[in-house]
Amino acid sequence: MTKIFTNDVKKVDLVVLGAGPAGVAAANVASKEGAEVVIIDENSSAGGQIYRAPPNEFQPQNSFKSDEFREGEKQRNILENSNLTALFKHRVWSVSSDLVVSTVGPNGLSSWHARSLIIANGALERIIPFPGWTIPGVIGLAASTILLKSQYVLPGQSTVVAGCGPLLIAVANGIIKSGGKVSAIIDLNSKSDWIKAFPRLLSRPDQLFKGMSWFANIMKAGIKLYGGHAVTNTKQVDNVLRISIAPINSAGSILDSKNQKIVEGDCLAIGHGLFPSTEITRLLKAKHIYDPLKGGWVPLIDDDFRSSIPGVYIAGDATGISGAFSAVQKGRIAGMAAVRDLNVMSSQKYKAKIKSELIILKKNENFGKAAVRLMKFRPELIQTITSETIVCRCEDVFRSEIDEAIESGARDLNQLKAWTRCGMGPCQGRTCSEAIEAILASKVGSRELAGQWTGRTPLRPVPIEQIIGKYTYEDIPIPENAPL
Amino acid sequence: MEKFDVAVVGGGVMGCSTVLHLSRNQMRTIIIDSGALCREASGTNAGTLTLNMTRAALIPYAIKGWELWNNTEKWLFGGVGTRKVNGLSLAFTEEEEELLFKRVEARQAMGAPIKFISGRKAQLLEPGLNDSVRSAAWCNKDGFTIAYLTGHAFRRALKQENVSVREYSKVNKIEIEKNYFKIIFENNEHLKAKRIVLAGGVWLEEMLNWLNVKIKIKCLINQLIITERMPPVMKTVLSIANGLLSLKQFDNGTVLIGGGWQGIGDKKRGGVESIPENLIGNIRLACHVIPKLRYGRMVRVWLGLEAETADALPIIGKIPGISNAYVIGSVHSGYASGPYMGWLLSQLIMEQEPEMPLFDPNRLINK
Repeated sequence: MTKIFTNDVKKVDLVVLGAGPAGVAAANVASKEGAEVVIIDENSSAGGQIYRAPPNEFQPQNSFKSDEFREGEKQRNILENSNLTALFKHRVWSVSSDLVVSTVGPNGLSSWHARSLIIANGALERIIPFPGWTIPGVIGLAASTILLKSQYVLPGQSTVVAGCGPLLIAVANGIIKSGGKVSAIIDLNSKSDWIKAFPRLLSRPDQLFKGMSWFANIMKAGIKLYGGHAVTNTKQVDNVLRISIAPINSAGSILDSKNQKIVEGDCLAIGHGLFPSTEITRLLKAKHIYDPLKGGWVPLIDDDFRSSIPGVYIAGDATGISGAFSAVQKGRIAGMAAVRDLNVMSSQKYKAKIKSELIILKKNENFGKAAVRLMKFRPELIQTITSETIVCRCEDVFRSEIDEAIESGARDLNQLKAWTRCGMGPCQGRTCSEAIEAILASKVGSRELAGQWTGRTPLRPVPIEQIIGKYTYEDIPIPENAPL
Repeated sequence: MEKFDVAVVGGGVMGCSTVLHLSRNQMRTIIIDSGALCREASGTNAGTLTLNMTRAALIPYAIKGWELWNNTEKWLFGGVGTRKVNGLSLAFTEEEEELLFKRVEARQAMGAPIKFISGRKAQLLEPGLNDSVRSAAWCNKDGFTIAYLTGHAFRRALKQENVSVREYSKVNKIEIEKNYFKIIFENNEHLKAKRIVLAGGVWLEEMLNWLNVKIKIKCLINQLIITERMPPVMKTVLSIANGLLSLKQFDNGTVLIGGGWQGIGDKKRGGVESIPENLIGNIRLACHVIPKLRYGRMVRVWLGLEAETADALPIIGKIPGISNAYVIGSVHSGYASGPYMGWLLSQLIMEQEPEMPLFDPNRLINK
């Protein structure tokens, strides 16, 4: 078959997918050991979601530079001062089992044939739908952090912040610090959930202190906090969102649906925790396990972060949610394991170096695990998805259609997708998978039985114009005639 | 111990159609699949109901199949989104024109209502076409279904007809007992049936092996590509002379690009992955035919497995040397003619004279 790529496939020792804290750490350590490394990210610079850089056009003044901004700058400097090749604004749309990574970037298609691959594609935000979640003014907590951290834009004039976990507090604090107004905080966690998390959070006193100071800011601003509550409905009346909330129990079940309260704002920032991104590992048909304490489905890995696919390593939150600090150690260990397996680094050196990493990882992971507990999925929260609620927003699939398909015999996630089109849209199910899996699991008994969607290329929608490039009819390598 | 008159192993369109008709004729039936109904080729194919890509020998069957898919309410009690549109097979070079002409003649001879028309006429039928089209084969018995809905429709019909449906149950082997076949599952459970029908698509070779019958079945790994929803860019089903393109736009605006470009996979692992170069080639061809396609986005690629015998013709009939055992499969463009093929086999099983000749597997036995 004629090669029709605009550029030939380039061979390298290691390709790292994702330039967040884990990816940067992995790429940097591997490059320092002498491996030829390429790091690829769809964003315009390194930092991932947590240390996301502002657009080049508007850099913040010094007084606006947060700790996270400075950490991001540090990471971006690391890449600049290293020998590795960093490809930004490059979308990976295909990864094959022989580790050919196909990207589409500003100059069209390019591909890389890696001897080893580190997947550090982070996490996604879980949002369990409720009536009104698709109306304007309702956005994710993670999206809010992008607005606040990288765009320096408030999500609304008066924002209701809802959901759970560290992002809840971070977004509320971020809005206050930027001079905005938080009209209420609706926390799935009750006071006792936070108290239970406390001992583990002590493993990183610096971070605990930071979190507590954020809390203090929230209290000082006199913001009403509804602990142990969930958003059950949002309606737009004139320019105001009328948000119904109700108390829940620890499983997420609504305790008293008649006793709902209403809070108001022009924006609802909501998120129900983070879950590891598995789109690439599913595509590669790696083995996965469901572990609620890691955030959900995670690829199976060994102590050195090897996946079940030879030559493929996973790092950062993609191995299980544990936050940015432990992502660095996860990245370093995966990076070192990869270069050791490539015989670029000796086993002896690896063993010596890994010890200290593991100690720090453990400490950071303890902190991360407490945070994960606060974001743990509550299966009964799917009660808020009423039958008239859209679950898959790319394809406008309602809960009633999902229920009907299950009722008529769809017992696995892929059959459910075929019968309803849920997960078939441009987001490839990234937005709705958690909700739909949970609905199906509640009927078939477990997340394992419900299964996962088969991973598919392209990992991101690709403009056809970019795929085809310039060509003539004669350039198309048409296969042999079909039989008559 | 459950006993059935007929057990069908393989829950695709062939097996489902066969068992549906048998059940309507008062037989106690069960259909078994290792996964969910119609989730392999029957649910992942392009849904094309065209005669322009059908093997000449199968044209009469495909016409019957086309009629059945256009009348699902009469026999399936539910739709699979069938649309009747014009079909065009195109020629862009002199060479393709010659090939197309020959193929049209062969298909016409088998009864296909296909006409050879000029490029200009083709553009009237399909305004989205590239100007450089030289000529086309036009057929008004064309169209498509939404293949992924097939399992939904069949499952409901089978339930209504009291067919036992056993999904997610892998059969390990079949033993022949005195008057029964003993079907043994992976988990060691078993059931008995007086007759069996093997309808396992690309896995037929392995299934026939349970009965010590050796027939080679090749497995093709067809790539399929779908775009995001886009404004109307075409309204016909399109292919090219040599059969390596199938193109259509669904009601929801998504455009499906197929044509049998190969991906990576095998019977054991199923479809493993797409080959980027083949994707690009297939999409370039599609954009050559409908230039406006270039403004869309590719949103998903998947792989469908297709079975092919040594002579690329079906095996439908009695399994040689074993009484009360039947096989159905390896039909080129089998989705389109599937409902009819299943009905023909059910006639044979019910000891009636099939309306059209079947395809005796005996010719392919490795001796």
